[in-house]
Amino acid sequence: MSQDLWNYLFIGATFAVYIFIAFRTRAATTKEYYVASGGVSPFTNGMATAADWMSAATFISMAGGIAAGGYDASRFLMGWTGGFVLLTALIVPYLRKFNKFTVTDFLGDRFYSNVARAVGVICAVFICMTYIMGQMRGVGMVFSRLFEIEIWMGVLIGAGIVFAYAGLGGMKGITYTQVAQYCVMVFAYTIPAIFVSMLLTGNVIPQFGLIGDYTKEGADAAVPLLEKLNQLNTDLGFAKYTDGSLSTLDMFCITAALMCGTAGLPHVIVRFFTVKSVKAVRKSACWTLLFIAIIYLTAPAIGAFSRTNFMAEIHDCKYSESPAWFKSWEDRGLIAWVDKNGDGVMQHQAGTAFDGKPVFETERAEGQPRVVTNALTDSPNEVYYDQDILVMANPEMANLPKWVVALVMAGCVAAALSTAAGLLLVLSTSISHDLLKKIVSPNMSDKQEVLSARIASFTFLGIAAYFGINPPSEFVAKTVAFAFGLAASSFFPTILMGIFSKRINREGAIAGMVAGIGLTLSYIVYFQFFAGHKAYWFGISPEGIGFVGMLVNFAVANIVSMMTPPPPQEIVEMVENIRTPGNAGGATH
Amino acid sequence: MNLPENAPSDEGTIDTNPFSAKSISDKSVANNVDYWKKSLNVVYIVLGFWAFISLGCGVLFRDFLDANMPNVGNAPFGFWMAQQGSIIGFLILLFLYMVLMNRIDRRHGFDEDDV
Repeated sequence: MSQDLWNYLFIGATFAVYIFIAFRTRAATTKEYYVASGGVSPFTNGMATAADWMSAATFISMAGGIAAGGYDASRFLMGWTGGFVLLTALIVPYLRKFNKFTVTDFLGDRFYSNVARAVGVICAVFICMTYIMGQMRGVGMVFSRLFEIEIWMGVLIGAGIVFAYAGLGGMKGITYTQVAQYCVMVFAYTIPAIFVSMLLTGNVIPQFGLIGDYTKEGADAAVPLLEKLNQLNTDLGFAKYTDGSLSTLDMFCITAALMCGTAGLPHVIVRFFTVKSVKAVRKSACWTLLFIAIIYLTAPAIGAFSRTNFMAEIHDCKYSESPAWFKSWEDRGLIAWVDKNGDGVMQHQAGTAFDGKPVFETERAEGQPRVVTNALTDSPNEVYYDQDILVMANPEMANLPKWVVALVMAGCVAAALSTAAGLLLVLSTSISHDLLKKIVSPNMSDKQEVLSARIASFTFLGIAAYFGINPPSEFVAKTVAFAFGLAASSFFPTILMGIFSKRINREGAIAGMVAGIGLTLSYIVYFQFFAGHKAYWFGISPEGIGFVGMLVNFAVANIVSMMTPPPPQEIVEMVENIRTPGNAGGATH
Repeated sequence: MNLPENAPSDEGTIDTNPFSAKSISDKSVANNVDYWKKSLNVVYIVLGFWAFISLGCGVLFRDFLDANMPNVGNAPFGFWMAQQGSIIGFLILLFLYMVLMNRIDRRHGFDEDDV
């Protein structure tokens, strides 16, 4: 059976399952649309949250990022799991007790102001839009690889599928779809890792393979895998894999920003509104992190394996003898080779081969590389590859059976779709519930509210698809990392102060949010699009600025609150009330 | 506060009837305050360990740990903490948080069904 057939079979089968589930569980009321009626079991919600959480960036880019960054990429590993400790200990049990549909509801009620609610809506839209663009790009890339189509077409197909089940099914629809997507993802991620681990280290468990020996060149030549990797890296002029090149301060800020951002991401928080009680929230959080950890503990192993494989196979290899996967990714424009010294052999060394992304003049002819028109650099490196392909190419690199390759593709799509669906839900509910129902026209009926949520999700998907086709930032992972900075500087500190302080008032919260997200956003936009240099403040990169924005938010909110009157008595009572569990009941308006 | 001498005052009066509404609400306020104090302690402990194993072991003290701690398998200790150890630590922490908080809930009468 050919690879294409397997791909169609796996993608087709998983899509059929998602749409079937979504159709069976489609939402009719706002309560079903927003929180799946609030009776999801902790285990089911844990699985759904894990799928919701693990985005295309996690699935596709993270292992590639680890492969390229070595120790530096630990910031993603720690940041995207450590945030769950913050989320569970500081945020979700209290917001569940608060018992409403959305995060902005909490901001609006706790800070007794529609301005706070509106600022919350704007922040949510910013965060989710930044994030969902990365997902649409990821879907587009996978489809383009799969069906040999252009990326823009892939993005549109992905958007259509997401709308079919997230826009129509609401929270109820996506919960059970995400459970199915998690199952696809976990198999797709771990199975190739197990095979590759056996191939390179003789260890069945990839997590042990990472800290085990490299045995591919015969048992006699067994050296520690990490040492082998360090040696390959230094031989070719790269930094050692286990050493970081980021400064400690930058590493600290980025990790902290990712963690706090995780705890402030509205699409993750709302998933915990679907369980029955505060006690169930805690249990569900344990399940969530367990399901996430299965994949996150595998990722560093995959990263190290694929880097080893890539360097060992590509460097000093004749182009005419290069592996099939190299050429098929070259066709998609994600790998390129320029023969600088004209010896017909590929040199993969430190440095960039040419300026920017490859621009190809020709299609690949048999035995000939695609001609790149970019300006060449002086570096001896001749190979360009997009980090995002490492996971997708991994099974092909290890010569795994065709169905495994198809499974990984299905997993990539599942990862992107599940997150896109969760984000879309937050986007559409912040418009229909927080903006329309709570601010613009409070007399809306239930039916009109669900309808407007569907219209909003259609509109947002259109915008997200546009930016997925014309991404404003380089890597999928990078785009996503910015969403975390924005969440860390706006939602996380404000929600935290709303729960843990009775003194923070309306004026303080609004000023804090505006100052925090304002600083973060302008820093990111300035250095990403206008500066053209990298003279960062204290060496803190745009990825880590969210942490500084968060501190600014805390400071501004406290100072402004002290200078303005304290919140009214009923707000203080509300804060006291959410601090104790019990009688959580069903979600209400 | 300057109150007229005969003005009725709530402060300092001892309610002898244990079933009066006021005494119950006082008790529940005290219970809530105690509950909040105890849960804050749990939160502080969890956050302390959380920061130590990730930002501490994985980032700030990484070089020191690499040099002075035994390797985990073939990986330097700090590198391993950053890539795998902290994640395992987070899992243990969340489980601990659940157990401790549930116990405080029970002792303060806030126990709930979870399914």
